[in-house]
Formats: sequence, C-alpha cells, structure tokens
Amino acid sequence: MSLPRFNDLQVGFELPPLVLPAVNRTTLALYAGASGDHNQVHIDLDFARKARQPDVFAHGMLSVAYLGRLLTAWVPQTSVRSLSVRFTGITQLGHIPTCSGRVIEKFEADGETRVRLAIRCGNQYGDEKLIGEAVVAIA
Amino acid sequence: MADKSLIGCSLGVTTALVETGRLRFFAKAIGETDPVYTDEAAAEAAGYPSLPVPPSFLMCLEAEGRDSDHIVEGIFGFDLGRILHAEQGFTYHGMAFAGDVLTFDTRVVDVYEKKGGALTFVVQETRVSNQDGRHIADIRSSLVQR
Repeated sequence: MSLPRFNDLQVGFELPPLVLPAVNRTTLALYAGASGDHNQVHIDLDFARKARQPDVFAHGMLSVAYLGRLLTAWVPQTSVRSLSVRFTGITQLGHIPTCSGRVIEKFEADGETRVRLAIRCGNQYGDEKLIGEAVVAIA
Repeated sequence: MADKSLIGCSLGVTTALVETGRLRFFAKAIGETDPVYTDEAAAEAAGYPSLPVPPSFLMCLEAEGRDSDHIVEGIFGFDLGRILHAEQGFTYHGMAFAGDVLTFDTRVVDVYEKKGGALTFVVQETRVSNQDGRHIADIRSSLVQR
C-alpha cells in the first residue's frame, strides 16, 4: 500500500472507488450469519412481504462494511478515526453497491494531521443509499 | 411507544470474545480480500498482534449476548416489521483483535419524533473497551419506526 501524504492531498481528492458484485440472496445469507443480524426482513421473503416490502433487502450495515473497505483499502485501519453514515435508501436485490469518498477538509486535531472525507454508497443507477463522513489520520 | 423517558436508560453491559473464525466468516461475507483480515501471518507482518476487527464489525459484536428483538419490541415498543436503521457512527480510539474480550456498555441517549410523530427515532450509544480496560471505540446507532 503506498500511503497518501498529508501535504500532497488536496481538498477534492477522490479515493479509488469500490464497486461490489450485485447483491443477491446468498450475499444476504452470508451477511446475516457472519454479522449475527438475523432480522427476518433480510432473510425471509414471506416476512418481508408482510412488512409491506416487495422482497428481502440488504442490511444497511453491509454497505457500512463496504465503506469500511473503501477506507482500509486506502489507508491502514490504524489511521481510521471515525466513520459515520445516514441510511438514505434501501439496497435491493440486484443493486451493485458503489462506494466513493472525497477529501472535504484538511485539519489538525489531537496532535495529528487528519482529513475529513465525504463518503457515499450508491447503486448502479446513481441512487444514493448511504451518505456520511469519515476522518482519517494522514502523516 | 418510545418516549423521552427512555433517555439515559441502560440497555445493559455485555462482553464478547473476538473469534478468529468469525472474523474470517465476516471477511468472506463482505468480500474482503486483503489478507490482513484473514491470514494471521499477513496480520502480523502488518504489525498487528492478530487478525484485526474491521471498522463496522464492532457493532456485530455489540449485538451478541443481547436480545435485540426484546430491546426493540419490549423496551422501545417498536414493531420489528416497521423499523429501519437511520444512522450509524463509530469513533475509534484504538483497535481490537482476534482473542480480545470486548465489553459493550450501551444506553439510550436520545428519543425524538419527526413528521408530526409519524417517525420515532431512538438513539443509543455504546462505549467499547477491551480486556485491559482500554477504550477502543464509541458506537452510535439510531433506529426509526415508520
């Protein structure tokens, strides 16, 4: 991993995007098992329909995990200071999660040089699903 | 139905052992291919004592040992079929690794409504510490009932 340098990074810099495979039922089964989130609305079509959803849909935290991958593919995890998101849309089966990040601020805090990133996860149609911010320490 | 009297309510203190196999399973589930997250030798070469807990996995460990259905239905008074995750945040003070035993101390920090009461939000915060008492992270979660 070639580390980004604080002095070289400009506001507006875009992280390499992370494009995932399309979400299918296996994705959700694996995520339910590995995460321990067994909310039936992600697992059981009958339950999802009773909850007035057309089908099961992805766990929001699966997309947060993808945003975590966006960050740790760019810097070592030891540099990640915060990660926060709002869930703004539902990721349905067949959606291709697409994660992006952009430097929006350079600052110093707690004796470190840090950057604030606007982060986002959308789908292949450009619909926004998660939007948030992350802070990363960069030497 | 959740109201402001819930603010400050403890949702309990739980502990979870970070298991190597569970971390590998999680890496598979999220398509993580960086060997640091699955191969102990790669993790050690990166300077870690063992496989690291990835950024969002702390929340999965937080849910262990809790009856989340009871919290959502019995304490918040929500209907499981009508809730959605609204917001999620992590502030990191350190990292956690396979073999650690993490403690999760969770309380309700806010309850509010939007759209004239059509939406009710409950916000909870969790302090995460490890077996040495080191403060690892703070987790903030917001659920909404539609």
